[in-house]
Amino acid sequence: MEIVQLTIDNKKVVVEKGTTILEAAKSIGVDIPTLCYMKLHDTNFENKPGGCRVCVVEVEGRRNLAPSCKSTCEEGMKINTHSVRVVNARRTVMELILSDHPFECLVCAKSGDCELQSLAQNLGIREVKYQGEKNKYKSDESPAIIREMEKCIMCRRCETACNDVQTVGVLSAINRGFESVVAPAFEMDLDHSTCTFCGQCVAVCPTGALTERDSSSKVMDAIVDPNKTVIVNTAPAVRAALGEEFGMDAGTLVTGKMVSALRKLGFDHVFDTDFAADLTIMEEGTELLGRLGKHLAGDKDVKLPILTSCCPGWVNFFEHQFPDMLDIPSTAKSPQQMFGAIAKTYFADQLEKKREDVVVVSVMPCLAKKYECSRDEFKVDGDPDVNLSISTRELAQMIRNANLNFEALEDDDFDQPMGESTGAAVIFGTTGGVIEAAVRTAYEVHTKKTLERLDFEELRGMEGIRSATIDFDGLPINIGIAHGLGNARKLLEDIKAGKSEFHAIEIMACPGGCIGGGGQPYHHGDVEILKKRQRAIYEEDKGKILRKSHENPFIQKLYKEFLGEPCGEKSHELLHTHYYDKKKKIEI
Amino acid sequence: MADIKLPAAKVEELKEVCKKFNNEPGELINVLHAAQELFGYLPAEVQEVVANEMNVSVAHVYGVVTFYSFFSMIPKGEHPISICMGTACYVRGAEKVLDEFKRHLDVKVGETTEDGKFSISCLRCVGACGLAPVVTVGEKVYGRIAPEDVKGILAEYM
Repeated sequence: MEIVQLTIDNKKVVVEKGTTILEAAKSIGVDIPTLCYMKLHDTNFENKPGGCRVCVVEVEGRRNLAPSCKSTCEEGMKINTHSVRVVNARRTVMELILSDHPFECLVCAKSGDCELQSLAQNLGIREVKYQGEKNKYKSDESPAIIREMEKCIMCRRCETACNDVQTVGVLSAINRGFESVVAPAFEMDLDHSTCTFCGQCVAVCPTGALTERDSSSKVMDAIVDPNKTVIVNTAPAVRAALGEEFGMDAGTLVTGKMVSALRKLGFDHVFDTDFAADLTIMEEGTELLGRLGKHLAGDKDVKLPILTSCCPGWVNFFEHQFPDMLDIPSTAKSPQQMFGAIAKTYFADQLEKKREDVVVVSVMPCLAKKYECSRDEFKVDGDPDVNLSISTRELAQMIRNANLNFEALEDDDFDQPMGESTGAAVIFGTTGGVIEAAVRTAYEVHTKKTLERLDFEELRGMEGIRSATIDFDGLPINIGIAHGLGNARKLLEDIKAGKSEFHAIEIMACPGGCIGGGGQPYHHGDVEILKKRQRAIYEEDKGKILRKSHENPFIQKLYKEFLGEPCGEKSHELLHTHYYDKKKKIEI
Repeated sequence: MADIKLPAAKVEELKEVCKKFNNEPGELINVLHAAQELFGYLPAEVQEVVANEMNVSVAHVYGVVTFYSFFSMIPKGEHPISICMGTACYVRGAEKVLDEFKRHLDVKVGETTEDGKFSISCLRCVGACGLAPVVTVGEKVYGRIAPEDVKGILAEYM
């Protein structure tokens, strides 16, 4: 390893050759402000167009200031990261950026969590000397993501997320000069593009240019409507991240406080999506064993691997990009949609309510869930199974609106019957969790033996693509896991080429799985936060008495009283779905 | 998006063009040049075919098409009018001539009249500076044009 020695702010530092000044400074605790730069450790993706010039530093002997994110360290360099010249240059750069930025901070969805805003504060910008033309673009309001490109600073992070990380390829810089803007092809709305609504562009946007469609006021309207019974359910990843919105450490589990807050907000029934996750395992696990059994018996029509289908971003991805493989994913609906289907039938019957008088709200770490619940196949006579899906961030906003002191709330428990869940359901929130939960149940159903070891460490981790072979009492089951759609694409290409050896594959659209979802508190590129959330998820699993989905007593009761058998007739009607070819057809 | 159907034979030709450049994403600009020659312009459908063949996103192709002023998504008129804006023509009043064309046809630079007859574009020097300001309509060159000549030129093609 070749090394170089240099001085940063009078401190000696030794780094590997090729290290950028920004990284070298970071290694000795010197923080250089950045704006367009973003590095997602663990995924090896980096966005450094070197465009914003906020990270400039002074290098002794050089005429010009150097952008530290793109300049590599050289032997004997003497660097000053906060000389008067540097700070003045940063201020000028900021003022130029702000001269074409709407001054709407007070009413902007990103206010308080905006990197541009906090940088302006840190640099003490109190006026913008430069006056000139301001850009105007049409706004784009899809069911999940809203684009307000006047607020864009052309950092291109969303392009990196969409094109490099996710390989979805919806966004590109178009036009040139002052007119340039990041947009889908032909400036079509996201709704008409091949966007999966995974929300990773929103997750990395430093400003308010990309945000979610906020449904929280519609939720409040339903709550105050005396004719409506409002049911809420919360996805597993929400409890591992919500606390961050209230200044708590990343990875703090706030399940009890969250339930308490939801009750105070006025929901009639506070349930858990985890209940539906257990149900998903019953259906998906049964489907896996069914397909596996037929395949091993030599039925050539039965295709393996089976792919999980809980993630709506992933469903959108394969519908758009791999329409010739629609028969491979499991037909099981996602937990959100299973929850809605059961809530508006089984539970509505128990309440003696008509389905249209029941409003189902889900709190999700996800933006694609907003799109999912709007899909026509998840409606009965126009009435959606899930009426509204809000993100973790929107729930936090509702809690702030109600002025609840979140940290001081007492822990509370979910209501029954749809609030009961096992540890297997909680781990749905992280990459590897769904397949681990499926293994716990499928093993016992298949072997009719009790599973001694419940923690499948070989399925856990943050590697983009992972694999493991699990011994089903003499039958080796090959399992693949991918998170991030770019990684999913690699596994799909293998299946297409006939190279895949897997029996089952779990795919999550977002890096990290749901804990890194597009609706979670902003991580601002710090992947350590995702790891802490992941630890919290496994901690919650460990603390549960029941850790296998088929042991959930309310799930057992649901099958006995209402559904019959997993993958039976009623289950097929309510809990399974089909997929559509959404590839854009070129008319010739 | 535009609702234009491309003739199948031309699409095959376009695919051949992509193949000639080994469907290599780095050759995108060259492919688009050839595609524009083939179709006269680059409608959305052409960009989609190119993106599919070269395995790049349509957004990326559109990004390149909109970046370079040479590429156009609007079909040229039956009689494409080009006004030279080179230095010599410019100083001898080309802009006033351009304005007159725009006023008569009620279109902007880069646009085509509704009936598809005329389109206006600007170019930089046709190599006939002695005739400045110069206007070309199709293959025909008009020299020493004054704004008051514009009406007469257009009348030739009405």
